[in-house]
Amino acid sequence: MISYMPYPVRIDDIVVETEDGSLKTFTLAFEQERHQKAWQHVPGQFVMLSVAGAGEAPVGLASSPTEGERLLCTVNRAGLVTTALHQLKVGDRLGLRGPIGNGFPLDREMKGKNLVMIAGGFAVTILRAALMSVLARRQDYGRITFIYGARTPGMLLYHEELRQWAQRGDIDLYVTIDREAPGWAGLVGFVPTIAAQVAPPPTNSVALICGPPIMIKFTMPPLEAIGWTDDQVYLSLENRMKCGQGLCCHCNVGPTLVCKDGPVFTRAQVKRLPLEY
Amino acid sequence: MQTWMISPVELDGLIQQWQKSYAVYVPALSKPATAATDCAPGWRRINAGEPWTLPVGPTPASVKSFYFPQPEILMTFHLEENHPDKGVMREPLKSHEMQVVLGVRPCDAASVLLNQLPFTEDPLFMAKCQRTALVGFTCTTRLSTCFCTEMGGSPHHCAGLDLALSPLQNGFLLEVLSEKGETLVAGCKLVPASESDLAVLADRRQGQGATSSYSSQLEVLKACALSRLYDAPMWQELGEACINCGACTFICPTCFCFDMQDEVVQGQGRRIRYWDSCMFPLYSQHTSGHNPRGKKLQRTRNRFLHKLKYFPDRFGPFSCVGCGRCIGDCPVNIDIREVLNDLVRRTELE
Repeated sequence: MISYMPYPVRIDDIVVETEDGSLKTFTLAFEQERHQKAWQHVPGQFVMLSVAGAGEAPVGLASSPTEGERLLCTVNRAGLVTTALHQLKVGDRLGLRGPIGNGFPLDREMKGKNLVMIAGGFAVTILRAALMSVLARRQDYGRITFIYGARTPGMLLYHEELRQWAQRGDIDLYVTIDREAPGWAGLVGFVPTIAAQVAPPPTNSVALICGPPIMIKFTMPPLEAIGWTDDQVYLSLENRMKCGQGLCCHCNVGPTLVCKDGPVFTRAQVKRLPLEY
Repeated sequence: MQTWMISPVELDGLIQQWQKSYAVYVPALSKPATAATDCAPGWRRINAGEPWTLPVGPTPASVKSFYFPQPEILMTFHLEENHPDKGVMREPLKSHEMQVVLGVRPCDAASVLLNQLPFTEDPLFMAKCQRTALVGFTCTTRLSTCFCTEMGGSPHHCAGLDLALSPLQNGFLLEVLSEKGETLVAGCKLVPASESDLAVLADRRQGQGATSSYSSQLEVLKACALSRLYDAPMWQELGEACINCGACTFICPTCFCFDMQDEVVQGQGRRIRYWDSCMFPLYSQHTSGHNPRGKKLQRTRNRFLHKLKYFPDRFGPFSCVGCGRCIGDCPVNIDIREVLNDLVRRTELE
């Protein structure tokens, strides 16, 4: 049955992630134990966050189910609901509906494969969830390449995790920023450029690419040049949506509903859709 | 199920009987927007003995709003500072009043069945199906905008109705079509329809079947690749003509997309859902400003393809019953029948 009723959740912690303050990570805890117990999600799924009086907005889950009971949502302050969200304090109540969508097939098509995760900007949130899930069962996957770019060092999310991932030794981690910046000793260059230099061959591999459309557009040619095919590449679409349950019709891309049929599609599937995303 | 013969006087008696235990609604003949009732614009609740008139052809407003009210309260909440349940969502009060909608045409009855396909998991919609009985009249007059037969329906069909009344010379044939219908006529002393009356009805239905060869022609749309229809040059002209006013989507019995918003007055809030229209630019606009259907052409195409391709892809039938309201109300004379013809021609091209 469809339900519009959000679960009440409390904000346990708020981390301001970026130098401009536009991205905050909210740690959310269910108020009611039965909601907590019933909750299950997979990386790549999203939730509708609801601020009473402002409305609802779809937000990707940044935490993996392997990280315990708390949920993490990194929210970009952009519209009415997310602006209201950014004004909330630790201890405040909000509503959460979900999990919504299909998520990445980490336990199915992706299991046993080499993984290439490519993220641009704050789209890294759901790839954080995917990577945390994969790291919890590291032996189930092959080589992991994680490429992540942001405009400036101050716009990078998850500094602590990036440091930990770099030290593990079982992830090929490439963090890049768009232009030289004082104090930055790491990679410099746009994500497609870095991907062209470091992308592994496509044998027994899948890629998860999340970022702005322009980044995805320019990341594909270098991958294709070394033999990657569209059905190996997983993307996550976004569209305006209201119900999140395949009914209100807002998020349709031709015959496909992003909320119900997606948001994760292979690039081959996306190419068969009209350009309405 | 049983078929009876009922005179106009007996029908009046029956309606008065219903008014003792049901809310009875009839078509309001003024403009839908000005005849707002408690739940369904375009319909009015009548009291015992109050006269009413059934318009020729489809009623001005469809029965959509009985199932999918405009707006519908999804939940309520308090935002007063220091309120112990500040921000907690509560279920709204539910109405359990049984209602009879009188004067439903076959096209609208068919629309309820179509809408049940996407809404089958929606408890709010389905609860209203439970408490609503549809009493319909089959049509003897076909308006110039009517095309139910082309969409696989018929002016004499009764699918979706609980009681169907078919006018004969000296009264109506009353078909009881569901348990709700049986409850409505329970305890009434009615005369069973004669063989010859039943033959008249069967004859009417038989005659209509033959004209629906066009509907089989339309089936080719369902099998046609989306890209062929999507890239048709016809959308250019149609998109230029359409002013995206959204009238067609609101008047349409099978357009069902909705928006959800919060409303707060003096600390008391409610989250509502209300009819939206894919004709409006904001419908698909991202918070970033990017709009996947930012052009008029794209929005016009989306509406027609949703009805004639996307909905059938998912659920089987076309999301159109041929009531013709959109043809009558379109300010720039867009005719969905011409769109259908153009699309069919498009499938025939090599």
